[in-house]
Amino acid sequence: MYKNRAVSVPYLLWAVLFIVVPLGLVLYFALTTRQGAFTLDNLSRVGEYSSVIMSSIWLSVIATAICLLISYPLAFIMSRSTGNTQRTFMMLIMLPMWMNFLLRTYAWMTILEKNGLINQLLGKFGLGPLQMINTPGAVVLGMIYNYLPYMILPLYSTMIKIEKHLIEAAQDLGANTWVVLWRVVVPLSMPGITTGITMVFVPCISTFAISRMLGGGSSMLIGDLIELQFLGNTYNPNLGAAISLVLMVIILICMALMNMFDESEDKEAMLL
Amino acid sequence: MKRFFALILCVALCLTTLCAPAMALDLKQSDDYYGRFKGKNISINVYNWGEYISDGSNDSLDVNAAFTEATGITVNYSTFATNEELYAKLKSGGADYDVIIPSDYMISRMIQENMLEPLDFDNIPNMSCMDPRYLKNHYDPEEKYSVPYTWGTVGIIYNTKMVDDPVDSWDILWNQKYKKNILMFGNPRDAFGIALEKLGYSLNTTDEKELRQAADELKKQKDLVQAYVMDEIFDKMQGNEAALAPYYAGDALTMMAANPDLAFAVPKEGTNVFYDAMCIPKGSAQKEAAEMYINFMCEPQVAAANIEYIGYSTPNAEAYKLLSEDIRNNPISYPSQEVLDKSEEFIALPEQTNVLMDSLWTEILTNDNQFLKWVMPVCLVAAIVVAFTIITLRRKRKAREQEY
Amino acid sequence: MKQRNWLSRFYVGLVMFFLYAPIAVLIVYSFNANKSRGVWTGFTLKWYRQLFHNDIILQSLSNTLLIAVVSSILATILGTAAAIGIYSMRRRARAVVMNVTYLPIINPEIVTGVSLMLLFVMAGIDLGYLTLILAHITFNTPYVILNVMPKLRQMDKHIYEAALDLGCSPMQAFSKVIVPEIAPGVVSGLLMSFTFSLDDFIISYFVSSSTSQTLPITIYAMTRKKVSPEINALSTIIFVLVLTALIIVNIHGARQEKLEQKRYASFM
Repeated sequence: MYKNRAVSVPYLLWAVLFIVVPLGLVLYFALTTRQGAFTLDNLSRVGEYSSVIMSSIWLSVIATAICLLISYPLAFIMSRSTGNTQRTFMMLIMLPMWMNFLLRTYAWMTILEKNGLINQLLGKFGLGPLQMINTPGAVVLGMIYNYLPYMILPLYSTMIKIEKHLIEAAQDLGANTWVVLWRVVVPLSMPGITTGITMVFVPCISTFAISRMLGGGSSMLIGDLIELQFLGNTYNPNLGAAISLVLMVIILICMALMNMFDESEDKEAMLL
Repeated sequence: MKRFFALILCVALCLTTLCAPAMALDLKQSDDYYGRFKGKNISINVYNWGEYISDGSNDSLDVNAAFTEATGITVNYSTFATNEELYAKLKSGGADYDVIIPSDYMISRMIQENMLEPLDFDNIPNMSCMDPRYLKNHYDPEEKYSVPYTWGTVGIIYNTKMVDDPVDSWDILWNQKYKKNILMFGNPRDAFGIALEKLGYSLNTTDEKELRQAADELKKQKDLVQAYVMDEIFDKMQGNEAALAPYYAGDALTMMAANPDLAFAVPKEGTNVFYDAMCIPKGSAQKEAAEMYINFMCEPQVAAANIEYIGYSTPNAEAYKLLSEDIRNNPISYPSQEVLDKSEEFIALPEQTNVLMDSLWTEILTNDNQFLKWVMPVCLVAAIVVAFTIITLRRKRKAREQEY
Repeated sequence: MKQRNWLSRFYVGLVMFFLYAPIAVLIVYSFNANKSRGVWTGFTLKWYRQLFHNDIILQSLSNTLLIAVVSSILATILGTAAAIGIYSMRRRARAVVMNVTYLPIINPEIVTGVSLMLLFVMAGIDLGYLTLILAHITFNTPYVILNVMPKLRQMDKHIYEAALDLGCSPMQAFSKVIVPEIAPGVVSGLLMSFTFSLDDFIISYFVSSSTSQTLPITIYAMTRKKVSPEINALSTIIFVLVLTALIIVNIHGARQEKLEQKRYASFM
């Protein structure tokens, strides 16, 4: 039973049926017209929306970068703290993750509106109402807020594996804080960084709920575009499949780039 | 004292909703008709616009609950935001609705594409309550597939405290003064309709040049638009978030009741008059139960209570008689013949035009400001440079390490 | 050093504030007597009462729980069996299978959702509970596999043989030796699947029907219309439940650690 390959057969069948075949269908729909004839039209039409693709990538990059900048010090501080505090930290970080992400995005709508909390507060000081919601900035904020825990956790799980003694040794050898950071901590936490970036960038680039709720149509993202074609106001599954295909390719390219930076083979441990 | 009274009221309301049956309705058909499916555990799936049925809040009649009470049929009620969403849901397959309530042009499009079941009017005796004017229509010429639900006009709802110009023309939605304070329809047909009205063209034009002109107008407007919305508009206008928005007359009344600063006007260029009707999509498993639901909606008392709550105009002559004088004389709900003469219905457009409109609409929504256009190439170059530098540095480091 | 302590505490506090401010807003406004989002008019429990009468929300809540439980259990069984089987594969086959397994994880959810929707529609299956469970199992199983595999790798290969040598039957050896080793991975895989199932929106959005809506889908539909503070009441309840659960787990974990420390100390 221990060296039993047959045990995995049910899953293999499942994987083929529910992972491989659907992706094949996406490919099929992308390359055919509504009537079923082969065409490259859909793919070329995707080129018309390159501005959408570019702005999605751009917003996701900003969101991911800010997430990384915010989470890095936090994860480091968390990993250096002791048992009880560490556990409390974990709990505090995981708690928002368990709350429904739509609810959390909805909460931001309340805060950012023209008559929302922030503007009410500014109004008390006589400052004019700021246009915060329905801007690309609001969408980026929503992305950062929703995916921050997904950046903190991988960073944290790699950082706790960094032995304290290494840092002490580096300091003994005369390194100042900056050098310790750049030469010791960052390289050792690289697997966490790459996992974190992956886990944030991918959802950011393909979200549509956040851009709809906080962006109000001002910044259309790839996710909105795909949703429009399948369940939205312009029904065109072939074009939708073509856009999905392009999205997958973009992500695979980004994955490949990430892999160049991560030489470690131990991918599974990152998610824990 | 107030709190105590409110608490008692709440408890009383809870008790009444829990124990007592929904208001005793005087139905035109007896239990022989409505009781046919009692005890058989049948349920139907109803797909309607959002905020488009009386649901029991604010002491109104809970229509779906009343229906279940009278017939024993459970109603699974879900909502859509636009006709196009409904179409996409039905077209993509896997949807199993029994009653849908689309608008005129969508109904005629679905009839053309064979997506609707012909109705058995023997099962819908309350058709006799309908005003015959609304039965002869363009969208269902054979009068086989639909039963009218509501009708109304589109106009501009505006906040009197935020708008000091006269609101009498569609041009005001392009007025720079109200930048970022304007809401716009989040669906292609209505949005294009407004742009076409502004340009003086027909709402149902198939001329590519005219449609492109309308698309250009909408692109010009995009900078001034706060958001493209459908039912999100309620919270926004009621909360004084925006100054102007085109929307449907019935919803305007609801918003005006909640926020007295709001007003409604129909522009002088003319507007769109729409008719929403109940249909049964092809492949429905519960056609008879669906027809019973449609019949129930045509009951004069039910229709009157429903229409009072949602604010739209009723095509049901008997229900109209039950409405109060105020509502019947309200020019927003029942506009004068003058206004109606200037209004145009939507007609289903040919497939080609639909495809063109879809791609123009997507263009409008994805029309980004110039700023982003030069940011991207710069970033791309920067990213390549950074990646290159990192790779080169790594190679150097590896070479150094190998020397040790 | 003291400065750094103060700085790091301040920073952590700032991030926590950022994370929890919106949740606090949601909770506070769930007690707001006024329906609209901006103005506070008074304290009330009315929305909580209305929430319990809101059939749609209650139905979607039970749908979500049912689907999460069923799909996470099935995914765990499927995934654990798969992990054991994949572990025994040759290198090449293993690489291929693992790459396929990674696909639902690295693929954006919208592509997975759309592809599954196309599959179900082409196969003529009506969207509903069945398709939801199938879809959830599909994206949950890879996480189970990824949680169990490291445990299998860390396990000493010879323990199984040792057990057999000591007289266990293969069945006994499996249940007494291998299962306890991989148990933590299985449990964490189960929990992870359950969490992802509960919160899944995008994939469920594409494969559900009007009668089988999950809670996230219902919430999304609610935010596109007139919003009722019942959503806030719902968020507060979820928050309190999750907080309680996490506190319990935390206390349990702290106690375990203390016990272990005591055991260790008593050894010395």
